[in-house]
Amino acid sequence: MEYFLQQLINGITLGAIYGLIAIGYTMVYGIIGMINFAHGEIYMIGAFIALGTILAIGPVGAGAVVLAILLALLVAMMLTATYGWMLERVAYRPLRGAPRLAALISAIGMSILLQNYVQLTQGARVKTLQPLVAGGFTLMEHDGFEVSLSYMQILIVVATIALMTIFTLVITRTALGRAQRACEQDSTMAALVGINVDRTIALTFVMGAALAAVAGLMVTLYYGVIDFFIGFVAGIKAFTAAVFGGIGSIPGAILGGLLIGLIEAFWSGYFSIEYKDVAAFSILVLVLLFRPTGLLGRPEVEKV
Amino acid sequence: MKRSTMLMTAALAVAVGFGAAARAEIVVAVVGPMSGKEAAFGEQMRRGAEMAIAHLNAAAGVLGQKLKLEIGDDRCDPKEAVAVANQMVGKKVRFVAGHFCSGSSIPASRVYNEEGIVQISPASTNPQLTEQGFSNVFRVCGRDDQQGKVAGDFLADRFKGKRIAILHDKTAYGKGLADETKKALNAKGVTEALYEAYTAGEKDYGPLVSKMKQSRVDAVYVGGYHTEAGLITRQMREQGMDAQIVSGDAMVTNEYWAITGNAGQGALMTFSPDPRKNPANAQIVDQFRRAGGDPEGYTLYTYGAIQAWVQAVTKAAKADSAAVIAALRGNQFETVLGRIGFDRKGDVTAPGYVFYQWKDGKYDYYTP
Repeated sequence: MEYFLQQLINGITLGAIYGLIAIGYTMVYGIIGMINFAHGEIYMIGAFIALGTILAIGPVGAGAVVLAILLALLVAMMLTATYGWMLERVAYRPLRGAPRLAALISAIGMSILLQNYVQLTQGARVKTLQPLVAGGFTLMEHDGFEVSLSYMQILIVVATIALMTIFTLVITRTALGRAQRACEQDSTMAALVGINVDRTIALTFVMGAALAAVAGLMVTLYYGVIDFFIGFVAGIKAFTAAVFGGIGSIPGAILGGLLIGLIEAFWSGYFSIEYKDVAAFSILVLVLLFRPTGLLGRPEVEKV
Repeated sequence: MKRSTMLMTAALAVAVGFGAAARAEIVVAVVGPMSGKEAAFGEQMRRGAEMAIAHLNAAAGVLGQKLKLEIGDDRCDPKEAVAVANQMVGKKVRFVAGHFCSGSSIPASRVYNEEGIVQISPASTNPQLTEQGFSNVFRVCGRDDQQGKVAGDFLADRFKGKRIAILHDKTAYGKGLADETKKALNAKGVTEALYEAYTAGEKDYGPLVSKMKQSRVDAVYVGGYHTEAGLITRQMREQGMDAQIVSGDAMVTNEYWAITGNAGQGALMTFSPDPRKNPANAQIVDQFRRAGGDPEGYTLYTYGAIQAWVQAVTKAAKADSAAVIAALRGNQFETVLGRIGFDRKGDVTAPGYVFYQWKDGKYDYYTP
């Protein structure tokens, strides 16, 4: 029971991070029907900016840790959002209306470009950060097995739930969200009724990038080790999470992320760690066999 | 049309001319992970090689010729290693100090063997490297069957009746070392409580740590590189596990401490005797310190590998491979690693492994 609880905590934390990145995939897919393969790299850049900000602030006392993290969050979100905007402007907008395959290749190209850009400017070695938020609770103890829950894990889960709620509200309740949904359904028609389609799509990229920056900051704080290659693995996992939950759906992205995190944790915990990725992807295939649009995805309606 | 053909011919002639002029130098190479996760070790090798070449050239080179150093980056990727090895062949390299990862050194050694290039690895410890029967392959570091024996015997004595976990990262080095350690441990009648493989390059080892916690492990043996070992150490302490970390020679970089911070306090690792501590090396160590940092880990091993080759060339009086290989096997060499020689397989005849301990950001000999 204690062991189960501990693996549950591990899985939820890991899944929340996947979910945060997956929102970016799902939002872009929802609006232009294209996988932004460079999103993993945007997350990696977010992590580098967050780490850079924290290191620039320098050592802070216990009281200022919260301020330092908030500042890092703000700087990382703003700068990473700029990268997201530039990405859309440079790599996708010129290809709007071109066949989807062209945009896909452009996305892969941007992914390689950004990865190499960070490798060349920041070096190929890992960057490290000592724990800023240390400590946590011991939830229960039984036969010498302590179930530990760290402050950092709480922070990650709370941030994920908060951001998912905020972004769901933005999409369902605001004018911007209405414009996004209109572009998703039919961008030509949306333009005809006076929606600035380019601006709406650009804002979607900006929002996705800002979320990726939050995930980047969380990973930097939680694991304390980042390198130029982290975007690749995280991107694949998050993309899988987005497909799992139903691509296009924000709660689906979080649900997919959590499920993949939990499958990995429990498979590692009760079976073999070696085969956890095999397990996660096998279950994904099974789900897609029975629900081709993912868990919360809506079947695509043929527009007439 | 004719004009452009003439131009091209001229350009070609110039290129060939330069090529011939460059022959006056002997080209040697250092190949290792200059980028990627293991780049800290690539840097150690590069610094060791550059210093060795600078010292040798300042002292009139070898056979009256200057040495020219090529630097190759294999990122510890076996495929990349073969590609870089072929590049080195194209650059007419006579000698390669490398590679770092066993998983790279072994496939690359086949290329060097076919081309008759002498390879001395400063760091690849997987036994298979010198068990392939290649006459051109040597190493100045120990072997994992020695290293694993030292670690396994230590674990069996020190943690008798306690619970031991053995982890590895599925690489030629990590799995090889973990299996040798397991063999030595089992030979002493101790069975490990847990044997698990993890994937290098991941960041989250929470489920693995919980599994070890559940199994009430007192000591964890990690067969793998410092990044993952560091992350596992850190996440163990975060989950309230205080088991002893024991690992191998891939933890001899300050980057381990940069990842773990104080969580790394007391971690143990096996490594060959530290050449920095040899009083005869005081001057060289000082030169390294002034040139940008302590010659930690495999820096001096790379330096020593180049010294051994150069002395063999001098003894053979020519840089021809067959002669140098014979000289390497038949002689003793005065290097920063002490007086060393090579056995029939190409393994170094130097003392094996000792334990080191991480303490306050530095590693030093372990005193129980």
